[in-house]
Amino acid sequence: MEFRLSDKSLLPVLTALLLLGSGLSLAVGAMHITWQDVVAGLLHWSWPGALDLDVPDQYALVLGEIRLPRLLLGLIVGGTLGMCGAVLQGMFRNPLAEPGIIGVSSGAAVGAGTVLVFGSVLAGTLGAFDTFGSWAGTLFEQVQWFLLPVFASAGAILATWLVYVLGDRGRSVVMMLLAGIAVSALAGAVLGMFAYVATDTALRDMTMWQLGSLAGASWTSVLVTGCIFIASSVLLWLRAGDLNALLLGESEARHLGVDVHGLKRQIIVLNGIAVGAVVSVSGIIGFVGLVVPHIVRLLRGPDHRFLIPYSALLGGLLLTVADTIARSVFAPAELPVGILTAIIGAPFFLFLLWQQRRQIV
Amino acid sequence: MLLEISDLSIRYPRAESPLLEHISLNFHCGEVTALLGPNGSGKTSLLRAISGELDYAGHIQLLGRPQADWYRSQKARRALARRYGLLAQHSNLNFAFTCREVVQLGLGPGSLSRAEQETRIQHYMQCADVWHLRDRLFPSLSGGEKQRVQLARVLSQLSLADPGDEKILLLDEPTSALDLKHQHDVLALAREVADDKTAVIAVLHDLNLAARYADRMVMLAQGRIQADGTPADLLQPALIEQVYGYRGQLVDLTGFSALL
Repeated sequence: MEFRLSDKSLLPVLTALLLLGSGLSLAVGAMHITWQDVVAGLLHWSWPGALDLDVPDQYALVLGEIRLPRLLLGLIVGGTLGMCGAVLQGMFRNPLAEPGIIGVSSGAAVGAGTVLVFGSVLAGTLGAFDTFGSWAGTLFEQVQWFLLPVFASAGAILATWLVYVLGDRGRSVVMMLLAGIAVSALAGAVLGMFAYVATDTALRDMTMWQLGSLAGASWTSVLVTGCIFIASSVLLWLRAGDLNALLLGESEARHLGVDVHGLKRQIIVLNGIAVGAVVSVSGIIGFVGLVVPHIVRLLRGPDHRFLIPYSALLGGLLLTVADTIARSVFAPAELPVGILTAIIGAPFFLFLLWQQRRQIV
Repeated sequence: MLLEISDLSIRYPRAESPLLEHISLNFHCGEVTALLGPNGSGKTSLLRAISGELDYAGHIQLLGRPQADWYRSQKARRALARRYGLLAQHSNLNFAFTCREVVQLGLGPGSLSRAEQETRIQHYMQCADVWHLRDRLFPSLSGGEKQRVQLARVLSQLSLADPGDEKILLLDEPTSALDLKHQHDVLALAREVADDKTAVIAVLHDLNLAARYADRMVMLAQGRIQADGTPADLLQPALIEQVYGYRGQLVDLTGFSALL
């Protein structure tokens, strides 16, 4: 017999945990804020002066401009990674696929690094000349928020496609993992090369990516990644039934009336756009996409119609909790959250590898 | 004719000679056809060409339309899926679906009510003798059990066809993983399915099983059709030796004969 939770019990529990985690993430940090002050501070920040609340202005500022965007970004990034992990595992028909492990996130980091390094070099060179140059430099800073996710998505799409083709189109686990290693190594080399030509600011940003952190949260990044997350999750969820059929095998899915090539093309592109967008703001946060779909499959089963939304919910919850811990253990200094997820996720990956050893060899 | 293959040749890249050369075959409604031949004679490749998964030279007419027509639009693909099923030789499903869920995948997200879905799932799982496995996890089953669950899934898929429509069922070595009783059960089931306006094409290795349940046997070897006819025509020691290189002996039993 198979143990499975129904939506009636799973959905309220997850929602409650999500609210609890969000509240905690707003309250905890370098400046400790009580629950009452969190509510009052957020109200004060939303409608300053409209309500006669007795909260310090700095609370409102910290909550509204720092912690709330960071919380939302955590939910979006975690949700995207959880969902993309689930979908990639479905496409590869293999529970070891994950944006970090198979090099998709590294590909995105190279794309984002290209913009940052060459952008700042270009802007610096032009800025040295005349007024036109400084105008171009300012323009670049203006469009950077847009160029970063675009280039990161392109890098992620390219990496997914490469790993998919080199990995024998999902038929071989070993080839997929090896191709992922190769793509990650190549991306690492390119990023290392970038480090030589990078300016100091760009270098700092790049280090942040390789470790993964939500410290770069702003309302702009929340808006950009949020829109992409919502659009891509809806489009991916619409293919949930086809993904289920694909789990049976390529020719089986074809015989069930699924346009297999179209489905894969759509997944590679949507997944790349979503991962690219979050990597361009948060860097490579590994293993969320691996751990989360596994937990959901254990609780609710492998049906993608439920797996995709629940993975997004649980991914957001887990990353928010991890980020709260990362911010508070060494407060006021903070740990990049990617280090924390790797400490939890990497042993989990080894455990899965151990479980699957018979199928892999 | 449900399936017309004319002048079909398959050549793998870098291969010296083509695997299949100028094959022409027609398959008819209500008939169980056994595809036979030694290992590497191209039986499975022929099935893959019919499924549109392999490049080939020649022409395939599927359910009255050129094969490529069926893959032009999503609507055509779904229409084809209701009338055209494949039971693959191996099942590579690694995710923990229950057997009932696997069979349900055959019914797809279609228009059936939940009660109707349940009725059909139960019916076809009972046909394939896997109803007792309904709540077991698919990856935990034995090879033969998996194959029977997949058979139930394919049968439930074909149950979506309109009542008047003719159907095609492809079986790629359906008996290879099964025990003696289930080998007979599955082929008897294929026989019943054929009577419901269906052309059944089964790749088989066991000549005696084929002779017992198939209406027609087609033998492939060296890239060509070596023989095509009724079991009585084909179960000849001289012909078998020519195709397989094995000299057997024909034993007459009451009602049918067997090759030993």
